[in-house]
Amino acid sequence: MTSERVIAGMATSDGGGAGERFRSVYLDHAATTPVRREVAEAMAHYMLTDYGNASSVHSFGRRAAEATEEARARVADLMGARPEEVVFMSGGTEADNMSIRGSLAAYSDRGRHVVTTKIEHHAVLHTCEELEKEGLAEVTYLPVDRTATVDPDDVAKAIRPDTVLVSVMFANNEVGTIQPIMEIGRTCREKGVLFHTDAVQAFGAVPFSVDEMGIDLMSVSSHKLYGPKGVGALYVRKGRRIRPLIHGGGHERKRRAGTSNVPGVVGFGLAAELARKEMDDRVRRLTALRDRLIDGLLGRVEFSHLNGHPTRRLPNNVNVSFEFVEGESILLSLDKKGIAASSGSACTSGSLEPSHVLLAMGIPPEVAHGSVRMTLGTQNTDEDVDYVLEVLPGVIERLRAMSPLHAKAVAERAREAAGRPGERCESGPVTPGAR
Amino acid sequence: MYNEKVMEHFENPRNVGEIAEADGVGQVGNPVCGDIMRISIKVKDDRIQDIKFKTFGCGAAIATSSMVTELVKGKTLDEALAISNRTVADALGGLPPVKMHCSNLAADALHLAIDDYRRRHGQGDGTDASVKDKVAAGSDEDKCPGCCGKIGRAVAEGPRPAE
Ligand SMILES: Cc1ncc(COP(=O)(O)O)c(C=O)c1O
Repeated sequence: MTSERVIAGMATSDGGGAGERFRSVYLDHAATTPVRREVAEAMAHYMLTDYGNASSVHSFGRRAAEATEEARARVADLMGARPEEVVFMSGGTEADNMSIRGSLAAYSDRGRHVVTTKIEHHAVLHTCEELEKEGLAEVTYLPVDRTATVDPDDVAKAIRPDTVLVSVMFANNEVGTIQPIMEIGRTCREKGVLFHTDAVQAFGAVPFSVDEMGIDLMSVSSHKLYGPKGVGALYVRKGRRIRPLIHGGGHERKRRAGTSNVPGVVGFGLAAELARKEMDDRVRRLTALRDRLIDGLLGRVEFSHLNGHPTRRLPNNVNVSFEFVEGESILLSLDKKGIAASSGSACTSGSLEPSHVLLAMGIPPEVAHGSVRMTLGTQNTDEDVDYVLEVLPGVIERLRAMSPLHAKAVAERAREAAGRPGERCESGPVTPGAR
Repeated sequence: MYNEKVMEHFENPRNVGEIAEADGVGQVGNPVCGDIMRISIKVKDDRIQDIKFKTFGCGAAIATSSMVTELVKGKTLDEALAISNRTVADALGGLPPVKMHCSNLAADALHLAIDDYRRRHGQGDGTDASVKDKVAAGSDEDKCPGCCGKIGRAVAEGPRPAE
């Protein structure tokens, strides 16, 4: 297993010098996953040997088309859907764009109101904002509670006579919280509005049944389940209309033009098949690793908090805030030790604000800045978790020793413990100077 | 993202800490924005005899804090005041553009510490009123229109005993 390999690092820190050995632990599977070897090999065949265009009549084309349809059936299987309901496209982002824009366009007679949430991926949020700017949509952005869960009653209340679509993600990409999809699906069914869910993070990670869940439209992406990047699909329930985003040839039953990405689709199909076969095993193993990592971190590091729902969360998601330190500093320190993670801090989000998800959950910005997301994958082992538990507390300790906020909080606590609360400093321990 | 020199300061920051009986303390930033830099100085014969920093922030925030302390230790106060945020970034061999405005405030914290020292020692606010103004208004060089307006909201803490 690759994650068990020990690589020779050129660590320059702590006088370790060249040759210091450390593990390489990839904990960013929510960003993307490695492609499974058998998947890569299956794809190679459709690049090197059966490279035909799936629309061609000759045998090269027919073999490519057969492989595409087999892949479609496999993806449909994992969704609990029928193959003709699966439209292949370039990925989760395109599927999100198409489901919102395409359904508003197809059902413009019903209205132009969309209900979504504040914690959606930017593929949904920015699409909604753009449609608002274009005057094509009115959007309600629902709040979430402290665990990042949407209240199905809020969904019900937000639906108006002119509501076309409700779009609520299946599981959040940052904090892993799984939404009450069944309840939301039922509400949408009762009210007669379309229900779209961005299931990019959940697909392949938890069992699915689009019928039971009342889903009309669903976005999924191959590279989150050990398939290739640049391929995804939109599930469109039979009988639901949708206007294409991309115009050209009549591919994908006229719903998505463009020569089929046969190798990509084949890879996606096989990855979905493997996910289906290994589902129970993956869920069991990852949940155990996840909970050991969470408990270990919260137990070893004071002033740390789990972000997201404690149990209704993706089996592979760990998201912890470490107060008084900033996420990018933590990531840089972890990277030096061979650990790859991500953060919701402003510095790492590429914007100037901390993660919109953490803020929507009501987490104070200064605590959001200290968040670290570690997302496990099938290759991670118990030893990887041990290694993180060994390294991370020291990283936090080193950064806290540098942090003016930590000294204050510790002094504050000591004063309180000494029973002299009257000596509180004028501002709170976490936010000196904050307004 | 960061060059080797920045990473070296991030990993082995110089002069971390807080001077127990500081002659001047300056703090800029805001935890809401993700950066706070606090610098304390000991002054003797108009020179920075000792300087320490504590910083909550990203890699650039820590590296610039470390660098500014290294640059001014032993310098006269006027020499130290001549050092700008840009000087610090240059001494580090440059910072990624997005970090220039948001996490490069260490010189401002230093200037506030000097200002604090002078005020405490009856040298008035006047010597370097520009620092306060700059921190209050945001200089052109440091303006960060896109973000939370960190400099505009910088917190200039008055003299307070070290904790
Ligand atoms: C929840 C969610 N939606 C959409 C996307 C976008 O998917 P893709 O990378 O396939 O465009 C991602 C991936 O980052 C995601 O996590």
